[in-house]
Amino acid sequence: MSDRDAPIVSVQGLHFAREGEDGPRVIYQDLYLDVPEHAIVGIMGPSGTGKTTLLQLITGQILPSSGSIFVAGKEITHLSKRALFKMRRDMGVLFQSGALFTDLNVFENVAFPLREHTQLPEEMIRDLVLMMLEAVGLRGVVDLNVDQLSGGMKRRVALARSVILGPKIMMYDEPFSGQDPISRGVLLSLIQKMNKALNLTSIIISHDVLETAKIADYIYILYSGRIIGKGEPEALLRHNSPLVRQFLEGNPDGPICFHYPAKDFYEELL
Amino acid sequence: MKAGIQWLGRAGIDFCQAVGRSGLFLLSTLLARPKWRQIWPLFSLQLYRVGILSLLIILLSAVFIGMVVALQGYNTLQKFGAAQEVGQLLALSVVRELGPVVSALLFAGRAGSSLTAEIGLMRATEQITSMEIMAVDPLWRVVSPRLWAGFVALPLLTILFNLTAIYGGHLVAVDWLGVDSGAFWSNMQSAVSFREDILNGIIKSLVFGFVVSWVSVYQGFYAEPNAAGVSNATTKTVVYGSLLVLALDFVLTTMMIGGGNHA
Repeated sequence: MSDRDAPIVSVQGLHFAREGEDGPRVIYQDLYLDVPEHAIVGIMGPSGTGKTTLLQLITGQILPSSGSIFVAGKEITHLSKRALFKMRRDMGVLFQSGALFTDLNVFENVAFPLREHTQLPEEMIRDLVLMMLEAVGLRGVVDLNVDQLSGGMKRRVALARSVILGPKIMMYDEPFSGQDPISRGVLLSLIQKMNKALNLTSIIISHDVLETAKIADYIYILYSGRIIGKGEPEALLRHNSPLVRQFLEGNPDGPICFHYPAKDFYEELL
Repeated sequence: MKAGIQWLGRAGIDFCQAVGRSGLFLLSTLLARPKWRQIWPLFSLQLYRVGILSLLIILLSAVFIGMVVALQGYNTLQKFGAAQEVGQLLALSVVRELGPVVSALLFAGRAGSSLTAEIGLMRATEQITSMEIMAVDPLWRVVSPRLWAGFVALPLLTILFNLTAIYGGHLVAVDWLGVDSGAFWSNMQSAVSFREDILNGIIKSLVFGFVVSWVSVYQGFYAEPNAAGVSNATTKTVVYGSLLVLALDFVLTTMMIGGGNHA
């Protein structure tokens, strides 16, 4: 990350705890994180470490216990509902499931943001939708229903829908999980091309080390509510912290326990 | 003992929270900023789904209920030599009580459960969240058209229920049991008041339509985003919706007939 790049997303001293049945569970404690403009930043970490929660915090779906989150220079936690909705027009999120509307066909799904936020004539909406679907290689499915698409195709259609309004920031929630190698490769190349062609800033939330390292400019590794490693992919792959090494190499033994904390097994059996 | 009081207290707090939250939810839905050019397409689609698609069950039930009331009424009235009054008995039972209440109960089971399951699944599959991220208010886009469609559909369904039930009763009383057709209709016409009976029945169905739709969309919107949560919310819609209809029916009936003439 070069110094001249101003962060478009900046997380400052973030604390967040979720209410559970046995009291609050701390997800983040004193987290600092910057995403420079036009970069592809990977946020990685083991499952259950709160990566998706971070995405919810950045998009203002949930509020932190304390700390600040700046998006394009605005403190997102202080925005009114109206201002937050306005800000979200500059954000796109690709959900793990695609989150396409099942009562609309592919065309209407991709056209949805245009119909909601613009007054464009029907011919122009059609041209834009076809252009976006062509970009993700799915112009041929324009008239299909969502349930006729494969998982990978759903994500590509959802990607077309997310970028059709020209957001500044694109966030991807586990884009590669459950994908066959070809779909993974297609998504990787699309994320990279979209970022360049549309001048986006991309945040990839993932636990797929190799895929994310291929396209990311910078990577943060989270564990237990804090950052355990950060840097450019090549440097991070040579990181010597045992925590980072265990995550990157996928070792079952190491500082990250295989067993969920529990009382002594012998005592439990007695 | 202590645990029992604690449980009672917690249940009371949960109940108050749910009432408050559902009230705020309703208020936010009613105040959501609409997009005028989309109102009619969204509303008419939901009206079709909750109204037209509920027609079959409502009309079939109405025919059978009308037939049963006519048969039971005829058998009882015949003992007093008043079999000709069966039309009056049928019409009053149907337009005052059976029409609004049975339509609302069927509506809660058919349309209410479907509304809850649909919105709950939209929540579980992140469709609601993605809508919020796209800066589209789901209260306006998803909840509001369904709430208003339920409010409008139930009174219309109730009117059709009333007409069909009376036709079903006519089939049994006149065509099968031989009650004079002229007496059947003229007794009905002289006994049924438009203001006191028919209009009050429609007012009841307006209230039921609003309440059942409110419960349905609320349960769907706040369903736990998983299979068990959606199933639980759907059950709650039918149970709470039906109980509220029956309780409100008593309240509304009391208000409408003023507790009866004791003197």
